[in-house]
Amino acid sequence: MMPALTPDWWRESSVRRLNGVSLLMLVLALLALPLADFEVYRSEPWAELGRMGWGLLTPAWEDPSELLWGLVHTLAFAVLAIALSAPLGLLLALVFHWRPVRLVCAALRSVHELFWGLIFMQLYGLSPLTGILAIAVPFTGVFAKVFAEIFLQQSRQPATTLAPGVNALKRAAYTLIPQSWPALRSYTRYRFECALRSSAVLGFIGLPTLGFHLETALKQGQYSAAGALLWAFLLLIASLRYWLRGWLLVPGVVAAVWALPDTVGFGTGGSLWRFVTEDIWPRALLAGDWPGVGRWLAWLWQEQIWPGTVQTLALTQVAVAATGLMVLLCYPWASRSLMGPWLRWPGRFLLLVLRCIPELMLAFVFLLLLGPSGLPVVLALALHNGGLIAFLVANASDAEHPRQGARPGEPRGLLRYAYVETPRRYPAMLALLFYRWEVILRESAILGLLGVATLGFYIDSAFEEIRYDRAFLLIVVTAFLNILVDGASRRLRGSMVR
Amino acid sequence: MTETPLFQLQAQSFHYGAHCVLRDISLTIRRGEKVALLGPSGVGKTTLLDGLYRLRPELSALQPQSGGLVELLSAYQNIFMGGLGRIGTAAALWNLLRPLAAERRAIEALAQRLGLEHRLWYSVDKLSGGQRQRVALGRALFRRQPVFLGDEPLSSVDPLQAHQLLSWVLEQHDTAVVSLHNRQLALNFFERVIVLGNGGIIHDGPTRELSQSQLDQFYQQTGSSTSLPSPAAASAGEGWVIRTS
Repeated sequence: MMPALTPDWWRESSVRRLNGVSLLMLVLALLALPLADFEVYRSEPWAELGRMGWGLLTPAWEDPSELLWGLVHTLAFAVLAIALSAPLGLLLALVFHWRPVRLVCAALRSVHELFWGLIFMQLYGLSPLTGILAIAVPFTGVFAKVFAEIFLQQSRQPATTLAPGVNALKRAAYTLIPQSWPALRSYTRYRFECALRSSAVLGFIGLPTLGFHLETALKQGQYSAAGALLWAFLLLIASLRYWLRGWLLVPGVVAAVWALPDTVGFGTGGSLWRFVTEDIWPRALLAGDWPGVGRWLAWLWQEQIWPGTVQTLALTQVAVAATGLMVLLCYPWASRSLMGPWLRWPGRFLLLVLRCIPELMLAFVFLLLLGPSGLPVVLALALHNGGLIAFLVANASDAEHPRQGARPGEPRGLLRYAYVETPRRYPAMLALLFYRWEVILRESAILGLLGVATLGFYIDSAFEEIRYDRAFLLIVVTAFLNILVDGASRRLRGSMVR
Repeated sequence: MTETPLFQLQAQSFHYGAHCVLRDISLTIRRGEKVALLGPSGVGKTTLLDGLYRLRPELSALQPQSGGLVELLSAYQNIFMGGLGRIGTAAALWNLLRPLAAERRAIEALAQRLGLEHRLWYSVDKLSGGQRQRVALGRALFRRQPVFLGDEPLSSVDPLQAHQLLSWVLEQHDTAVVSLHNRQLALNFFERVIVLGNGGIIHDGPTRELSQSQLDQFYQQTGSSTSLPSPAAASAGEGWVIRTS
């Protein structure tokens, strides 16, 4: 950015540059430590953990049909949300060069599925529509952005052979879309897995998916039932690659519509118009009482926005640093070059499990063990994201490692880890970590729903008190933080490769 | 009364990125001319053809060097793309699901001429280099434009077929500018030859005033402008590939 201020070592050595960025993140995390609340509020977490572990080993479910319906509802929401958001995202990706579209998509993405769920719940109650929209709306923004990035990577050559007047739709249908079809498909598959996680987690705000049953089971201390739910969910995600096929889309959508749960509970009768024009704005503003708006803002800032933001950012920073450490500690256990072809499997299995379980579920478990502080949040975020990145890093390492074993003369064991593998993987690992930064921020905000005092806590309370104006402003603040962090992460990633 | 030329360049320079590939090009091509573009690789033939295309996109069918094929679509769809300008949006989208009957007949006839009748429903990523080039040529033909701009359109096609196809393509188009590797093809089929070298045009004239040996000399000049003036290097053709089949 400012060449005059860039020191020589920044330009001369890539290592120092990466280390500089890492050190910066670590120092920020240390500074954030005293700001976050890391108290352990429970007296005997180990005994409880033991009971949970036993439950995980002895899964049992009294009413299999309930478990089955939980799974079916989880699937149904995910299928319909993807069937809606992927085509919409594709259309938006075609006009992504248009600035308003980019802004709208950034806004859609920056609000977490659960917040969307809370918003739609005010309108449509605990209905299937709420669940589907809660996933489909943010996913549309994500699809649009990622698909547009995929389009940018395609060759422009085919388009030059077409007649000059051919309209954009025909042009895309014959060139861009078929050109990038494999990439679009594989990303949509990945996103379906994410949708399953989101759908399961929506149970925590009351929709009848797996999360709902899991929360109930855990709260009642029925750890065997919770174990059964968790195993069922893991099996569902692990088996995706064996049954997820393109031709299943149409029968899948039909089956999902049929399997949707009934609507329960209340709603404002679905008056979207009243919600948008009246409910979400402070009364003082609607009445034109400007001093009143000022007082309202000042109070909200002092009591909720500022402390919530500080707590959210502090937990995010600590969680990012912890994720990085977790990756460095964990990836060697799952890589062929360091553990050999067979011993890497237990490590790979564990990382896969961590990757499959949504942060919110992990956090909920830790919360039961440790009480509502920042500690369960950081643990959950670091384990899930660390597991995910470590798995990718181990895969990248395996892809380069010859099957026959190390070449003669190459170091082994710890030396290999320190001198060969880690330096080779570090740039990609850091890039992945910065990608997840934004995700971690979104998640640490949402984990407030569980009672930790991040922004999500205040948003949840505002919804409970039916203070939609407050909830709306807090969600906007959260979204804005997200966009800021996304920008910062893009800059840092850019500065690393330059 | 003289009609306005189809392509006219006056002291124009062409850039590829920040690099200036061709400097001060002045060139006039009239309707009905068949022009061969020669010169070693990297001399700017592609850049010049792209420049010409941008002058008259509404009249020209461009066959780029890479072919511009879409891997996952069948040879049929890849050829069909040439006709997208004539076909409505709904029909064009439907054609992706089920080929339109009339277009299908036209393209099958075209495929027959191109020797692709047994490969029409293969996705193009399953085709050989020569077959892919013929698909790209098919697309350019299906554009049905008066001007053909081809960038080494037949370099991977076997010599006999290349002869037949080139003469057919030139028949189908009123005007053509074609860059070629093969100098013999240039001398046999074109009335005018333009040779590029050293960042500009080093020869532009009717084919009948040109012989194979003169052409060899042009290639030598550009290839060894600083050293190697010896005539002994003439036969080797080092540095850039010249195929004289």
